[in-house]
Amino acid sequence: MDLKETLLSSYLAFDAQYGPQHKLQDQRAAAIEVFEQQGFPTKKEEDWKYTPLRNLIKTNYTVFPKEEVSLKLDEVKEYILQDVDTYKIVFVDGIYNAYLSETTHVGVDVCLLSAALTKPKYAATIKKYFNQIAAKDASLTALNTAFTKEGAYIHVPEGKLVEKPVQIIHFTTDKNPSLLLQPRNLIVVEKNAEIQIVERHQSLTTNESFTNVVTEIFNEQNAQLDYYKIQNDQTTASLIDSTYISQRKHSHAKVHTFSFGGKLTRNNLNFYHKDPEINSTMKGITLIEGSQFVDHHTLVHHAQPNSESHQDYKGIFAEKSTGVFNGKIIVEKKAQKTNAFQQNNNILMDDKASINTKPQLEIFADDVKCSHGCTIGQLDEDALFYMQTRGIPTKEARGLLTYAFANNVLQSVKIDSVKKRINKLIAEKLGVNIGFDV
Amino acid sequence: MAYTEEELKKELETKEYEYGFYTDIESDTFPVGLNQDIVRAISNRKGEPAWMTKWRLEAFEKFQQMEEPDWANVKYKKPDLQSIAYYSAPKAQVKYDSLDEVDPELLKTFEKLGISLEEQKKLAGVAVDIVMDSVSVASTFKDTLAEKGIIFCSISEAIKEHPELVKKYIGSVIPRTDNYYAALNSAVFSDGSFCYIPKGVRCPMELSTYFRINQAGTGQFERTLVIADEGSYVSYLEGCTAPARDENQLHAAVVELIALDDAEIKYSTVQNWFPGDKYGVGGVFNFVTKRGICHERSKISWTQVETGSAVTWKYPSCILKGNDSIGEFYSIAVTNNHQQADTGTKMIHLGKRTKSTIISKGISAGQSHNSYRGLVKVGANAKNARNFSQCDSLLMGNACGAHTFPYIEAKSKSAKIEHEATTSKIGEDQIFYCNQRGIDTEKAIALIVNGFSKDVLNKLPMEFAVEAQKLLEISLEGSVG
Repeated sequence: MDLKETLLSSYLAFDAQYGPQHKLQDQRAAAIEVFEQQGFPTKKEEDWKYTPLRNLIKTNYTVFPKEEVSLKLDEVKEYILQDVDTYKIVFVDGIYNAYLSETTHVGVDVCLLSAALTKPKYAATIKKYFNQIAAKDASLTALNTAFTKEGAYIHVPEGKLVEKPVQIIHFTTDKNPSLLLQPRNLIVVEKNAEIQIVERHQSLTTNESFTNVVTEIFNEQNAQLDYYKIQNDQTTASLIDSTYISQRKHSHAKVHTFSFGGKLTRNNLNFYHKDPEINSTMKGITLIEGSQFVDHHTLVHHAQPNSESHQDYKGIFAEKSTGVFNGKIIVEKKAQKTNAFQQNNNILMDDKASINTKPQLEIFADDVKCSHGCTIGQLDEDALFYMQTRGIPTKEARGLLTYAFANNVLQSVKIDSVKKRINKLIAEKLGVNIGFDV
Repeated sequence: MAYTEEELKKELETKEYEYGFYTDIESDTFPVGLNQDIVRAISNRKGEPAWMTKWRLEAFEKFQQMEEPDWANVKYKKPDLQSIAYYSAPKAQVKYDSLDEVDPELLKTFEKLGISLEEQKKLAGVAVDIVMDSVSVASTFKDTLAEKGIIFCSISEAIKEHPELVKKYIGSVIPRTDNYYAALNSAVFSDGSFCYIPKGVRCPMELSTYFRINQAGTGQFERTLVIADEGSYVSYLEGCTAPARDENQLHAAVVELIALDDAEIKYSTVQNWFPGDKYGVGGVFNFVTKRGICHERSKISWTQVETGSAVTWKYPSCILKGNDSIGEFYSIAVTNNHQQADTGTKMIHLGKRTKSTIISKGISAGQSHNSYRGLVKVGANAKNARNFSQCDSLLMGNACGAHTFPYIEAKSKSAKIEHEATTSKIGEDQIFYCNQRGIDTEKAIALIVNGFSKDVLNKLPMEFAVEAQKLLEISLEGSVG
């Protein structure tokens, strides 16, 4: 039985468990139908042209964890930001771990989607927002919708500035091999509210694991969202992350994605503008080696006038790694005075590394400023030589230059603890011992 | 007197496609339809040797297994290939010794097109091969070229007289199975131009082909093959027009360029097929496959000005196979009213130190859609390959669209690739400045557009540059405001 069939039959069991009486039943049924029709995307589809899933779906994953695993803090300490006070929602093999978490209902709801789906007090919010912005026709998002059960639920009420960042962390252990995790996050930031979120998926085993996560974010009027995705996983862990952000007037959403490892990582990051005067920022650093694979697909849909979007993705690809970047900017007829900028710079460190990039503009309005720039190159030999003449060894010189190349993206990171963490990771990846701290 | 926008609009609406006339020349047209017999009949009519007939039939067989592609960013009603006549030739197929013997109607046509053969001969020094509907009607300057060993003739003639060259190179750059329309062309191509420049020869004049669709209900399928032998140089021009009709006519050409070691080919096109009227009725479907292969140290340069056609689907490409070879692509694509263009290039870097430059300027007005679609591919062996791409779009009015789909695939760490694209409109202050200086709005736009396109216009040979500038003005009339 191939994975698609396994999943379709798992759905029957899943549906029986969560019952026909469940309020999401209709949406789930519709979603599984989409997945049944489309199956896993193949290279024949334009959006998946460079991203082969064939190897990934050879493993017969299961959606049901066999046992609940408890973890000691010491085992996972290094993956959790410690030097800053945060709310934490921690899942182990897809199951909520109360011991490692710190949730709240005081002033802001930082809790579980499973709770929000069942408790009547959240019914209105769920009805208004759940599955409203996620693509209905994308097969992997539909697959996630069909199996919606658990994830993070964050609701920031009007005017609330959440003082502590929220960490959403998923661990995979060796107790439940070949697990397909499908977390579903729902984040609503109401008018004039503000929040910072850090998301991480971490495998603690060298078993194959596959995460298909969908996050829906609603940024209401003047809301500020600052979202960080840290992806530094085992080379057996694959991640498909689909994030859908809906923005209202004067809101600002920023997403930083740091892709430092994993077997196959695919980020679908989509911004939809519902009102005029919106700001969207997406930035990313990709730094991989071995035969890892990272794919960034971004979409900014400018539907209303006077909005801005900024994209800046840097990629450094060593050994046999492969990178894909596909940035799409759509400017609708109505979206006059749009400023949309896109930048994608890549460095290939070795001859076996490769990069496929496609910065794409689709513009229907005339009074706009849109540009994209894309480069592929290598470190400047002259700069390297100069540093060597000053007594800096080759490796360190390379490290410094690479760091400088990626630094633009780091400058806009607002949580110091995240910045420090990323600096450390970059130094580790480059194999140099330099304090990049600012 | 103040020239109001209203007046301008009125004038533009009534402005007609200048080349939209039809010449009443008796012609010999095949019945409509596409099948093996038609393919055989075309080959037969052209008096082709058996290997060519076989080649066509094989292509036809492959074609039948293929499906029309729909990935391009254009929408149109797929042409019914069974309702097209695949062969149409002006009657009286006699070889003319001098122009005096040519049908005066035909000569008049060329005069209207602005290519008086006589005048061309005397003044411009351009050798012209003219293809009317399906058949090459006149090649000029044959003798002068022959002295240098240059072969410049219709492809049918080449098939008969230089079979060894045709056999070796036809389909070598664009295989018959390359795509739907290339396969169709390979099966039914009726004529086209052939050019061979011998080793070390620098072609003393610009070679030029003029294509014209005249008959109704016909499709034009021409095939061009240009071979530049080692160390030679040639500059080749191509122009095209068609009468204004309310049906969609199909033009599916194939152009193959072969630049052997140290050779250089410069290929310029001014495409001005009938674009359809302002409601988007009629116009030519222009589905063209153009590709060149560069051997060691050679260079191929494509320059195109695309102003006509209802739907354009065209990607002149370079395969940079030899080390140190160079590929260039300069393009201006203008769309107005309901025109749609999906055009761009592919630069395939295979050899070491290969270089390519892409400059694409898209101008969209009216309700048209203009897409740039390009691929820059650097293979693992293409050490120190270099590419620079720039695609700029200019939007006039908010009913049109500009799209860019650049694909970049790099597999070599020493590759340097740069790509940049911008989209903007003509600034009000720019127009105001011109108005202030006494230049009316329409002239001002022409001026600004010319400036925007200058990088590409500069690459055109003299004879074409003037025509291209005029064409830009005509195509954009009515897009003010």
